[in-house]
Parts: sequence; C-alpha cells; structure tokens
Amino acid sequence: MDILAALIDGIVIAMQPTNLGLAILGVVVGLFVGAMPGLGSVNGVAILLPFTFVIQEVTGTATSPMIFLAAIYYGAMYGGAISSITLGIPGASTAVATTFDGRPLALDGRADRALVTAALASFAGGTISTILFTAFAPPLASVALDFGDPEIFALMLLAFATFVGLGGDDIPKTLFSICFGLVLATVGFDIISGEPRLIFFDITGFSNGIRFLVLAIGVYGIGEMIWTINSSRYKNTMTDVKINAGRVIASIRKFSDAWRGTAIGSLLGFFVGILPAAGATPGSLMAYGVAKMTSRTPEKYGKGSVDGVAAPEAANNSASTGSMLPMMTLGIPGSPTTAVLLAGMVIWGLQPGPLMFTDQPEFVWPLIGSFYISNVIAVLVNLAFIPLFLWMLRMPFTILAPLIFVLSLVGTYAAYQNLFDVWLMVLVGVGAFFLRILDYPVAPAVLAIVLGPIAEPKLRQSLLLSDGDFSIFITRPIAGPITIIAIILILLPLIKLIRDRLRQPKSSESA
Amino acid sequence: MRRAEIVTAVLLGILSVYFMWKAGEPPAWDPEGVRFANIGVIEGEGPGSGFWPFWLSAVMLVCCIWIGVNWFRRTSPPSQSDEPFLDSYGWRLVAFVGGGLLGFLLLIHVLGFYGAIAVFLIYYLYFLGRHSIKQTLAISLGVPVVGFFFFDVAMRIVLPKGYLEPLFIPLYEIFL
Repeated sequence: MDILAALIDGIVIAMQPTNLGLAILGVVVGLFVGAMPGLGSVNGVAILLPFTFVIQEVTGTATSPMIFLAAIYYGAMYGGAISSITLGIPGASTAVATTFDGRPLALDGRADRALVTAALASFAGGTISTILFTAFAPPLASVALDFGDPEIFALMLLAFATFVGLGGDDIPKTLFSICFGLVLATVGFDIISGEPRLIFFDITGFSNGIRFLVLAIGVYGIGEMIWTINSSRYKNTMTDVKINAGRVIASIRKFSDAWRGTAIGSLLGFFVGILPAAGATPGSLMAYGVAKMTSRTPEKYGKGSVDGVAAPEAANNSASTGSMLPMMTLGIPGSPTTAVLLAGMVIWGLQPGPLMFTDQPEFVWPLIGSFYISNVIAVLVNLAFIPLFLWMLRMPFTILAPLIFVLSLVGTYAAYQNLFDVWLMVLVGVGAFFLRILDYPVAPAVLAIVLGPIAEPKLRQSLLLSDGDFSIFITRPIAGPITIIAIILILLPLIKLIRDRLRQPKSSESA
Repeated sequence: MRRAEIVTAVLLGILSVYFMWKAGEPPAWDPEGVRFANIGVIEGEGPGSGFWPFWLSAVMLVCCIWIGVNWFRRTSPPSQSDEPFLDSYGWRLVAFVGGGLLGFLLLIHVLGFYGAIAVFLIYYLYFLGRHSIKQTLAISLGVPVVGFFFFDVAMRIVLPKGYLEPLFIPLYEIFL
C-alpha cells in the first residue's frame, strides 16, 4: 500500500506541466536520435547531459533533468526500430534483432504493420518492466548481485546458443559467422593484459578495435543494400506501402498476434537488463532467439514474422527500464546509457545506492512515475509519426539507396569520428555482400561482436578464479543450469542433423 | 557458384590460420617472447591474451574444413548450383556502386563530408538513377544543408570539411 501511495504521488509530480513538457520533448528528441543510424540513446543522453544542469537550476530539483534524460532513453529505444524497419539499418545495437523480421515485413509492403507492432511491443515491454521495477526493485537488486563472472559468461553462452538457430540450417557457416564476430571483437588492446592483439598488417587503425557499428552498418547499410539492388534491379516492392489511418488502426487490432513475442521479450528483457554489464542489446537478441526457438513456426522467422519484431522491441524497452535498477539501487550501470545517467545523478548531488529508496523518495518515485508517463507519450508520438516514416519508403529506390549509403557513411563517422572506421565499414559491407550470395549468415557475426567484449573478460576472470578449471561453469548453482541449457541448445541442431542423415539412407533404400 | 563456394572456404580457411598466427603473437615490447605462449591458461594469471581469439580461430578453421566436406559431398545449396556467382548485371553493379562509394570515400579527404555527399548524390541520382537535373540538384544540395544543421549545429558533431573548410567559417560564427 505504501508503494502504491508513493507511486501515485510520484505520478502526480511527473504530471506537473514542467515535467510533462520535458518528458514529451525528451521522447521526441530520443525518437529521432534513435532513428538515426550511428546514433543511439547513449549519444542523445550524453550530448544533452549539459543542458540538464540548466534544467536543474531552473526547476531546483534533480527530478526534472532525470525525467528528461530517461524520456530520451525511452524515445531512443522506440526510435531504433524505425531505421531497422524502414531502411534495414539498425539505428542502434539494441535494434539489430528488429531488422531480421522488420525489414522483410517492409519489403513485403507491410512496414505499417511492423512499425505499429514495434511501437506497441515497446509500450508493453516498457510498461511491464516498470510494473516489475515498482514492485520488486530492492529484492531484484540483490538477485543481480548473485550474478558473478561465471554466471554472466554462462548467460552469454546461452545467448550464443540461441544464435546457432538464427543462421538457418547451414551449421558450419553459422558457427563460422559467430566465431568470426567474436574474433573481430578481440581486435585492439586486450583490456586485461593491455597487450595489442590482432593488429592486422600492423595498421594502426586496428588499435582502436573493430567497433560494433562498423560491422552492423557495413553489413546492413552497404552489403544488404547492394544485395537488394542486385536481386531487385531497383524494382523494389517497398513502394507498395500505403499510408492511411485505417491500415494503422487495423495493424493495432492485429497486435494480439504478437502476444507471444511481446511476453517473452518483456520478461526476458527485464531480467537481462537488471544484470550488471548486460543491458538492452543482449536482452533483445536473446528474446529474439528464445521466441524463435519456442515458436511453433520457427521457419517464419527472418521472413517477416510479427513475433520476430515484437520480441526484441519489447525486450529492449524492458531492459532499458531493468538496467536502471542496478544503477539506482546499487550504483552499478547496466549499460553505457545508464553509465551516463549515473554520472548525471552524481553531478546533480544524488547518491545512487541501496539507501536511495529510503533516503531520497522525493527523487525516486516521481522518476518511476515518469517511466509510466513517458511510455504512454512515446507510444502516442511514435504512432503519430508512422505516416512520416512510411513516406520514406515511398521514395523511388534510386533515391533511397544513395541516401542510405550517405547515412551509413555519415553515421559511422558521427559515432566514432574516425575516417579509418568509415573505410573499414565500406570494406565490411562489400565483403558481406559476397558472403551473402554464398548463404553465409552475417547476422550472427554482428551479434557476436556486440557480446564478445562482455563474454571474453567474464570467461577469463572465471578461469582465473578456478585456476583454469572449466567445471566452474557447471558446478555453481546458477551458472550450472544455464550452461547445461546452452550446451543442449548448441547440440540440438547437430543431433537433428545426425538424425536426418541416419534416416536418409533408410528412406532412399525404401524408395 | 560451386567454384565460388570452395574458393571462399579456402580463403576463409587461410584467414583463420592467419588469425591463429596473429593471436599467438607476443607483444611488441617483448621481442624475446615465445609465439603461442599466450594461448593457454597461465598459472596465477588465468587464460593468456591469445586464448580466446586463438581457439575461436581454430573453430573457424574447422568450420571451413566442414564447409569443404559439404562442398565435396554436394550437400550445401551453393555446392549444387551451376549458376554463376554473379551475372553481368551484378558485376556492373559492384563496379558502379562500389566505384561510387570508393570515389565518395576518397572525396571526403578532399572536399570533406558535405562536398563529397553532394558529388556522390549527383553521380548516383543523375547518372545511375536517371533522375531529372532539377530533382538531382534539389536532393544533392538539400541533404548536405540538412546534414550540417543536424550534425554540426544540433548534435555538435563536426564532420571533416577538407579544402572547403573556409566556406564554413562564417556559418560557424552564426550558428555555433
């Protein structure tokens, strides 16, 4: 009852005109920043952090600037899906998995359905996670603390295991793709020993490492675009998209088809989000993998499944709320964006930690109230802008394609301000185009380069802890079951392959 | 397609061996270090810096051999296909679009991003897309202007301007 009363008070404060205005502004800014390839929530929050000091001075409270930044975070999570669906380029790492089915839906003339599903799934994910946050914040914070290095690595292994199913039936090509992404993630300086690794041909540009966006934009912005032009010869089906309120309303009514993906994404996303060093990207990727694996029609995934859009979108919003939990209750950021938010909180004079809920309720509850409000604003703003997003798809492909190339190059530069990365991105894109022709799945490589920098240190620290004994991943009470599930998932396609091979001679004999 | 499948598998296999070789490299500040000393678990230190990339590259190599076996047994779709890897349209596309992108990248160093964007869009829209000169100019000049206000002014991300830098100085004074 105390929680409910505190929450209602918080919502009333969040609804005050200044806070409401800041939430609307934050959502709109976040939506457009998130939709821009190369820029994600972390860019929006970091760039606008200095403005929050002015907001704090004017309003005299730390709540208003935090509401503004949290609204940008939410808006960006919604916005990431827009470029994934309409342009086929993930706006941010959190929206990579949205591309898998969002893009085929857009190519099939159903971009409105994909955008509406993404918006509503994001709303559901954001709302469910906020309810979970409100109810279970303090106990969940202690669960997250039980996750040490072996547990996090086991979780990453589980994520990789779900990827094996993403690449279709060609297991060696999928495994190659995963390992390739993981190896590329090690390029640059080793964060544990400080030694330079895999500096190819001693080119100094590799010292900075191969960043996720270089690979993602190269694969999706350049490689995929050349592949689309080659297969469609500029006659693109995307021009079939019609814009009218009736179709948007019909898509809203059909949202119930995506309930499975939304439910999986909302719950899994929140859980992964609260783990330190995990965040929205692994959450959305795992949600996609689990939704596909548990689906009765997994063959529809990657070809335009609405569940395939709903699961990662619900998960990334849910994880963004979840990642605020360790930030506020433990002072540990769960993602790069929450790291910037944490820095902001410290500068505004707050002390994130276990006592925050009891010592600073005047800050905590209006902020949680604003999560509910921002979510409602974000879904309304997003739905209102859908005609504008669809308008982009009605452009002739001979205009859209060069604009995507320009966006890819500018977006890569904007992200790292390094021309070497821009060259590398184009090279990766051309390489990905050739590999795509030979049925090499490139998505697992993109996913692996995101999770590699999290997984490797966890593995090495775990093995340091166990003196090189790999059984640490099996014997610990939380890591053990996760590792076993991951191994079973990895072996499943192999078992299926062997079973099919064994059956084949028998059936050919009988024929 | 069949030939391309095995050629690619061999090239990727060579790349995997190169990755394994590089992963075992001792750091530059330790010229007397032994190659591959870092790929195992070092007592008291845990896995060495080459442990993760070396063994992953080894798995990549195994995958390439596996792809080769599938090619030999004709079990993967590309190994069964008699179609060409790329038809003449595909090669022309790679030449024109790839060439355009290469030109774009080179021009960034001379004209900066905004100048290169304008030239690339004129090339693509007018010569490849066959759009009217009016439409081409409207888009080719409009995109850099919008880009400047979004990146340089709003997001404070200053894109390289190359030799066109002096033209932007008055704009910096007004907007930044």
